[in-house]
Amino acid sequence: MAFVHVDSERCKACGLCASVCPKNIIKVSDNLNSKGYQPIEVVPMEDCIGCAACAKICPDCVLEVER
Amino acid sequence: MEKQLLKGNEAISEAAVRAGCRFYFGYPITPQNQIPEYMSKRMPEVDGCFLQAESEVAAINMVYGAGGSGARVMTSSSSPGISLKQEGISYIAAAEIPCVIVNMVRGGPGLGSIQPSQGDYFQSTRGGGHGDYRHIVLAPATVQEAVDLVHLAFDLADKYRMPVIIFGDGMIGQMMEPVELPPMQEVRTEFPDFATTGKRGKDRRVINSLYIETYQLEELINRLKSRYEQVEKNETMCEEYMTEDAEIILTAFGTVSRIAKNAVKQAREMGFKVGLLRPVTLWPFPTKIMASYANKDSVKRFIDIEMNDGQMLEDVKLAVNGAVKVDFIGKLGGIIPTPDEIIEMIKEDK
Amino acid sequence: MGKVFSVTSYLTDDTMHYCPGCTHGIIHRLVAEVLEEMQAERVIGVAPVGCAVFAYDYFNFDCHQAAHGRAPAVATGIKRVHKDALVFTYQGDGDLASIGAAEIVNAAGRGENITVIFINNAIYGMTGGQMAPTSLVGQKTTTSPYGRKPELCGYPLTMSEMLATQKGAYYIERTSVHDVPNINKTKKAIRKAFEAQKAGKGFSMIEILSTCPTNWGMTPVESLQWVKDSMIEVFPLGVFKDGDN
Repeated sequence: MAFVHVDSERCKACGLCASVCPKNIIKVSDNLNSKGYQPIEVVPMEDCIGCAACAKICPDCVLEVER
Repeated sequence: MEKQLLKGNEAISEAAVRAGCRFYFGYPITPQNQIPEYMSKRMPEVDGCFLQAESEVAAINMVYGAGGSGARVMTSSSSPGISLKQEGISYIAAAEIPCVIVNMVRGGPGLGSIQPSQGDYFQSTRGGGHGDYRHIVLAPATVQEAVDLVHLAFDLADKYRMPVIIFGDGMIGQMMEPVELPPMQEVRTEFPDFATTGKRGKDRRVINSLYIETYQLEELINRLKSRYEQVEKNETMCEEYMTEDAEIILTAFGTVSRIAKNAVKQAREMGFKVGLLRPVTLWPFPTKIMASYANKDSVKRFIDIEMNDGQMLEDVKLAVNGAVKVDFIGKLGGIIPTPDEIIEMIKEDK
Repeated sequence: MGKVFSVTSYLTDDTMHYCPGCTHGIIHRLVAEVLEEMQAERVIGVAPVGCAVFAYDYFNFDCHQAAHGRAPAVATGIKRVHKDALVFTYQGDGDLASIGAAEIVNAAGRGENITVIFINNAIYGMTGGQMAPTSLVGQKTTTSPYGRKPELCGYPLTMSEMLATQKGAYYIERTSVHDVPNINKTKKAIRKAFEAQKAGKGFSMIEILSTCPTNWGMTPVESLQWVKDSMIEVFPLGVFKDGDN
């Protein structure tokens, strides 16, 4: 049981988090944030193992991880 | 207080220590080498820091760091070295950091000579580096005055948060004269509010000169400008010597003013009504004082004397504003003018 | 549930201005995390000229912005006044290896008790992708449009190797942030450097291979791959100087 909190407004959709996710559950969403980026989303969240690799490689402090 | 016989460079160094300066960063260049040499010996005695930097560029940036950290800090150099410091001086002026910079001016342009000169007048009084800024420039004529002005320089730097230049020349630096040193001032223990001391969060401080937004940079320059107006109003200094009834006004600063003063005495003995105006602050320039003399009915003529090709001359002419004729004696390459030359010029127009 | 990863209070809440995928953001965070974990009470950072010029907006402690290349000199002045504060510079390759070469070499030589975070991404980012002293042979930039030619402009400078030869340097390591294990290693290296400073050991520098997706003309993910495939060969990772050993 783990949860990734996404601060969508900070996300620049660079995709680094998705590239390191071992469960391959991080995707670009269909939404737009106020800067015009499509922030990432974690789907399905139930599959998250809370490894925090995404947060560690995120350059923009978008992610916080709970487990 | 007892007088001591001291070399200009050494007297300036000791005056800085007594003014509470505990950080000095410098680099060797003639004719100011006795300053770093003195500081290297003296600073450890007072628990201060002397560091010989890898270049003048590095030295002024160490000054920037230490000044931004809230310390009383000084550097010194001579003309080519001061050119190298201009980048840092521009940053320091923009970031509103106090510091004292001694320039024992030598001949230029280029490597020039090591003889005394006043060829850095433009550089010093117009800012010197890039951008819209000025800084206070103090020009001592004697070793005693150099000591007094060093003290004042630190106070003015703190008061107005800007660099202050002591504009000497090879002569002031190398000459020995009897001086009375001020008592040792206590080193301040509290850091000024603007200083970086390592605070975090909302109390943190940023020393910076970057303003990407046009209106923010405009705001900075306007803030500096209003401070410069205060400096002009409060700190302009000019010695008026035998000018009361003068028909001919000599203008000269620093070493040259001493020769001009001799010429005034000799000319007076010959019956010429001559006086001397000596700017002590090269910036702010005593424009109003000079203008008031130029507009007196009794004053017929100005003669400006400098060890350069006519740099302060431009400020004198701006002050005189065409009211009377301004003649000029300029000695170049490190040649020092003589009283006789000045008297010849005084006679010439008779 | 407990937090396994949260954002450090040693960074401000500001959103960083860096391009998407630029690894500056990772490294800022690592520096801040290390300082938080060390419970550093007094810290002063020196921001460079380059993309990281605005670092003072992101580090949540005192900062001093320096002229191009002069950060080690500014840090020297600061450290001499505030001996008890942790003082570090954050400099790019143009800043440190080119215009500031004299300042960094002499700070290392003096054994100046500061920490240098050196970001090497083999290009000038802020000014628009010009050739850096660390650009690779053959690398195309806006001022080496035909690729960097050794006969014209020589070879990339390897600063860690160079500075490690100096007695005054206490700890020199080159790391990378191209994947999570290397990000972890980078954080450890930064910690080691700051601990050395805290213990008064002298000069420490961590050179970190970093990306510039925008000026390299790659996606952020491709950029990480390029660090791994091309940069590490020229700039091998490892500890170049450890005063403890």
